[in-house]
Amino acid sequence: MISLQNVSKIYPGGVGAIERLSLEIEAGETLVLLGASGCGKTTTLKLINRLVEPTSGTVLIEGRDVTSLDPVVLRRQIGYVFQGIGLFPHWTVAENVAAIPKLLGWSDARIQDRVDTLLNDVGLPPDAYRARRPAELSGGQQQRVGVARALAAETRILLMDEPFGAVDPITRDGLQEQIKQIQKQLDLTIILVTHDVSEALLLADRLAIMDSGRILQVGSAHELSTQPADPQVASLLAMPRRQSKRLQSIIGAGATARDRSDDD
Amino acid sequence: MGEAFQAQWAHFPNYFAHHVLLTVGALAIGILFSLPLAALALRRPALAPPLLGLSSIIQTIPGLALLALMVPLLGRIGVVPALVALVLYSMLPILRNAVTGANEVDPNVLEAARGIGMTDQQILVRVQLPLALPVLVAGIRTAAVWTVGMATLSTPVGATSLGNFIFSGLQTQNTVAVLMGCFGAAVLAIALDGLIRLGEWAAARRSARLAWTSIGLLAISIGLACLPILAAGFGDSNRPRATVGAKTFTEQYILAELIATKLRQAGFDVTLREGLGSTVAFNALSNGDLDVYVDYSGTIWANYMKRTDPANSEIVLETSQEWLANEAGIQLLGPLGFENAYAIAMKSQAARLKGISDLSDLAEQAPQLALGGDYEFFARPEWREVEAAYGLKFREQRSFDSALMYGAVADGHVDAISAFSSDGRIAAYDLVVLDDPLQAFPPYDAVILLSDLAAQNPRFVEALRPLLGAIGDSQMREANRRVDLDGASVHSAAAELASEIASRARPSDPPPNFGAR
Ligand SMILES: Nc1ncnc2c1ncn2[C@@H]1O[C@H](COP(=O)(O)OP(=O)(O)OP(=O)(O)O)[C@@H](O)[C@H]1O
Ligand SMILES: [Mg+2]
Repeated sequence: MISLQNVSKIYPGGVGAIERLSLEIEAGETLVLLGASGCGKTTTLKLINRLVEPTSGTVLIEGRDVTSLDPVVLRRQIGYVFQGIGLFPHWTVAENVAAIPKLLGWSDARIQDRVDTLLNDVGLPPDAYRARRPAELSGGQQQRVGVARALAAETRILLMDEPFGAVDPITRDGLQEQIKQIQKQLDLTIILVTHDVSEALLLADRLAIMDSGRILQVGSAHELSTQPADPQVASLLAMPRRQSKRLQSIIGAGATARDRSDDD
Repeated sequence: MGEAFQAQWAHFPNYFAHHVLLTVGALAIGILFSLPLAALALRRPALAPPLLGLSSIIQTIPGLALLALMVPLLGRIGVVPALVALVLYSMLPILRNAVTGANEVDPNVLEAARGIGMTDQQILVRVQLPLALPVLVAGIRTAAVWTVGMATLSTPVGATSLGNFIFSGLQTQNTVAVLMGCFGAAVLAIALDGLIRLGEWAAARRSARLAWTSIGLLAISIGLACLPILAAGFGDSNRPRATVGAKTFTEQYILAELIATKLRQAGFDVTLREGLGSTVAFNALSNGDLDVYVDYSGTIWANYMKRTDPANSEIVLETSQEWLANEAGIQLLGPLGFENAYAIAMKSQAARLKGISDLSDLAEQAPQLALGGDYEFFARPEWREVEAAYGLKFREQRSFDSALMYGAVADGHVDAISAFSSDGRIAAYDLVVLDDPLQAFPPYDAVILLSDLAAQNPRFVEALRPLLGAIGDSQMREANRRVDLDGASVHSAAAELASEIASRARPSDPPPNFGAR
């Protein structure tokens, strides 16, 4: 479906963000990009919808070189949740969600229908939120509007750059479920960037572990934890288990301390 | 006070209407030019610094100088040079704020706009423009207030505006006129600012009804303000037109009014262009923007013909009449009868004490003395002639507004001034005019100058012929004195002169033998 072949990106000023990166994303799969800050995850997403042009190498979508496509048409066919959210502050929530359908010239009725469905999907009751401005939303609510905007045009491809970073754990859990459902329903191809390893494990069909503009290893969670190609990959995937052990020991220690004081 | 107010108030609708048209026109054209330039600067960021730099440079030119520059550049006087200067002036704040406002838009928002597939055009119109709007409107409001203020300076280039009150008021020491001009400008600035804010408010709330209301209000106010111009345009469309010019001092205002009265009586629809610079008036007559104004033979001789040799009154008149017709397309109709010579004047008491009675005496003591002159004086060829002829070297030379010069010498701030011999203030301030034994100052007979076209119109010529030779030195000085010192209006002084001329007009008192050919 999407294929990056030997892609490098050197930004003006000489920062090498991506180095000879190759990656295949299958139709209908969810691929999670995981890696330290500054390793090139956002750049990789932008290479796909031509917000960034590669210095060398090729990006193909359904076998066609993206440089041969009109970038405007291409971008309207790819949903994108931006790391910086980027809602239009002078538009209402409904107008933000309707942005791409409007560009595509959908009918008003169809747009309104779609907006209401999506706002429900991301947990923002339309009657309460439709007419608000982004400034009147919390950070997490803004992120959810950003997700709804990316889903609005019923595109086959969805790029999500840390979509739930500012959302509380319970809402996040719900949103992750929603995304999974929508993905299945519409057979979406999703590339998702996150720093949250648990989120990565929950959502990913496959994970790509990145470091300094390269991919260390690509594979399912099972493959990566059983046959890590690199100690860094192993340590990253062991993290949730390590953390839950530590949590248990903290909670357990707290309980014993109280028990002891009760005994006194 | 009441009468003075009435006399000025009569001009208000006309001046205000012209001011509104000039300001709103300049602002509209300024916006129309600035926005595409701003869009260009945004699309090609390399163009932004030179564009903004250029408009900043225009901005640093003093308003009056920019207006005056437009006259030779465009080769004409009136609304066009004023409008061009005002448009140039208004563009900087609009351009700068449009670019700044658009550049201040959150980069995340711009990236999102691009990332969801907006074209450059759509990003500009749907995202950058609305988000930059508050900053842009602030720029337009700045431009509006500046333009209203600067439009008062368009009087000297021949465009009617509220500046007519201010310039004539300063010259004729008429505080009511000055205040009326300032008041009108302030009201207009506040009203424009309010209407623009209403428009911005409408845009921010995206209310079509509010937007139409503010556009409607703007249109209605402009329409109402401009009614006097429209009325004048329709009412007199079949009457022949005449444009009368006046330079920037009291005598010129009175004579222009007198000429205008005569022409109106002859059925002309008269426009007055008052407060013009000397060369502005001369060039305007030469290219037909003016039909008539009064100049002085010595000025023509020294400034336009560049003659430096001394000559008597008749020779100067005859030679300049011929030169004007051949070289400038201007007809010298004839002298009015009085002279308004450049002269050097001192307080009589000081002159007596120092034993100074003519310019040779003055030259001996000049190194201890200070000389005041009007803005033009020290740059004029006549002064250089006189300076050289007598070897005048003053301790200090200071430029004054001609309205303040007489007070300056009377109060002892300077010892001598360049005076006009017909000025009523010479007697009033107890000054004495120093003799010019070497005749270094040329004769300055006041003469009526006509454009070629006006001179070919017998009705025009016959309307003004009764004025030739009809105004004596003392009469003119008295008329000037009444305005400058008694606070009489220009209008009443002109009316008095007219009635004196009418009562004395006898066949036994024929005009001199100068006529348009
Ligand atoms: N427009 C740019 N110009 C120059 N350098 C850039 C630009 N954008 C990113 N970079 C650099 O490229 C590298 C990769 O950046 P990128 O945004 O892809 O990282 P990331 O993996 O998304 O990081 P994070 O997890 O912090 O979002 C970084 O070193 C960054 O400083
Ligand atoms: Mg990133």
